[in-house]
Amino acid sequence: MKIHIKHVAKLANLLLSNEEEKKFEKQLSNIITYVEKLNSVNVTNIKITSQITGLENVTREDRIEPSIPQKKALSNAKSKYKGFFKVKRIL
Amino acid sequence: MNYAALSIKELKKNLKRKNFTVESVVRNCIEKIKESKLNAFITVCENEAIKKAKEADKKIKEGIDLPLLGIPFSAKDMYLTKGIRTTAASKVLYNYIPQYSATVIEKLEKAGAIIVGKTNCDAWAHGSSGENSDFGPTENPFQKGYVPGGSSSGSAVSVSTNMSFFSLGTDTGGSIRLPASFCGVVGLKPTYGRVSRYGIISMASSLDSIGHFTKYVEESAYILSITAGNDPKDATTPNIKVDDYLSYLKKGVKNIKIGIPKEYFSKGLDKKIKEKIEKKIKQLESRGAEIKEISLPNTEYGTACYYIIQPAEVSSNLARYDGIRYGKDRKSFGDEAKRRIMLGSHVLSSGYYDAYYKKAMQVRTLIKKDFDEAFKKVDVIIAPVSPTLPWKIGERTQDPLAMYLSDIYTVNVNLAGIPGLSVPIGLVKDLPVGLQILGPHFSESLLFQVGKAIEETNL
Repeated sequence: MKIHIKHVAKLANLLLSNEEEKKFEKQLSNIITYVEKLNSVNVTNIKITSQITGLENVTREDRIEPSIPQKKALSNAKSKYKGFFKVKRIL
Repeated sequence: MNYAALSIKELKKNLKRKNFTVESVVRNCIEKIKESKLNAFITVCENEAIKKAKEADKKIKEGIDLPLLGIPFSAKDMYLTKGIRTTAASKVLYNYIPQYSATVIEKLEKAGAIIVGKTNCDAWAHGSSGENSDFGPTENPFQKGYVPGGSSSGSAVSVSTNMSFFSLGTDTGGSIRLPASFCGVVGLKPTYGRVSRYGIISMASSLDSIGHFTKYVEESAYILSITAGNDPKDATTPNIKVDDYLSYLKKGVKNIKIGIPKEYFSKGLDKKIKEKIEKKIKQLESRGAEIKEISLPNTEYGTACYYIIQPAEVSSNLARYDGIRYGKDRKSFGDEAKRRIMLGSHVLSSGYYDAYYKKAMQVRTLIKKDFDEAFKKVDVIIAPVSPTLPWKIGERTQDPLAMYLSDIYTVNVNLAGIPGLSVPIGLVKDLPVGLQILGPHFSESLLFQVGKAIEETNL
């Protein structure tokens, strides 16, 4: 099956050149065709497995614990302002 | 002094007796790393390591003993190391300096181990050969121009060539077991959740397993006894007791039931690799093991199932790399990362979710059931790790799908979450071959027990 490359690139927040779109469309369509192998598997009444530990709702006490200080948290940001991460205007 | 041939146990003994200093051993490792042309390392921690070595020598003088005092190790560049550049072998994190260390790194440093460098790997752990690194491929030390396996390529090489005495890796679809078998070293993929993933750059959160490379099975058991355990910072680590792994090493294989899955020994497997493994199995039988043929009927669907679930989880985990809080923006992703992010976005998208992702999660249940059923009849399973010998660098890079099919014997283990130990069993055409020992969840003791027996037949 052919993948809708422009749509998927948008969902993935990836900017692709025209060349890249062509290249990836071919490669990804090939891969999708391969994984469609699963179409022949009968999964009637089979539950999904999303993780194998069986653990659920692992919580801790609602108590304040040490965390990374503000300056450290900002240490790898390319754009900061008065203790904030600075981003491009959204609206 | 040739430290290289020493095991961790022997090194510790010699250091304790002050036959040589930690500083001399660390300098020896650093020298090897710097002289090597195999491109196994991205960052070398020379100054930090020598400083820690001097501190370790002081501790030894004062009679202080720690489980890994003075032992040099390396870590795949997916492990966050506080203050030391961590890149995931990607241009995106080229200059990222973590503000904290992974739990496993903290545990090992608390035990006295000294990190000598961050090893090269496929970028974001996406790969089976090391060729997807943004820092250039790593080479197989056994033959120039051949792949060392991936994605933990540099880690396997660093232990194989004695640049470090053990190395940390990650195994999401075979990324420890495959390079271990390609480089002639022992590689452990523990049970999912046995070792904390906290502070290790996430690839696929329900599949990532945190393990390591060593030269010998005993060392692998020793390291696991330090890294294993519940971590409150990783909610997927159950509160299950850590076994006394070392106590299992002398038990041998008498009366151990070993399952041989027929689907793993069919026509895709290289004849010479098959012969070598069958010879090993016979040797175990002569030592009292009971060999049984078993079937894992859904084996053939593993790769398709994996290449739906893993990219889906990857697309979610790599969404955080937007260049705002850290790293460069998404234009800096390499091709393989882009492919997997888009594949994942596609299978999770509206209109496709049920047919792909939900279906794959159901097939995952069937694959896990196959193992559950098998382990009712046998104690462990023995299987090949790779259908072929290591290939030449560049041979498979044109077709992404060809590369994915190298994982055919490894991915089902991650889907089921069971542990696997890859042990070397010799050479074919001068290239290393390994086999993997698989067991039920939390059966690492048994894997070490059988692995040690195999190691002894190698002598």
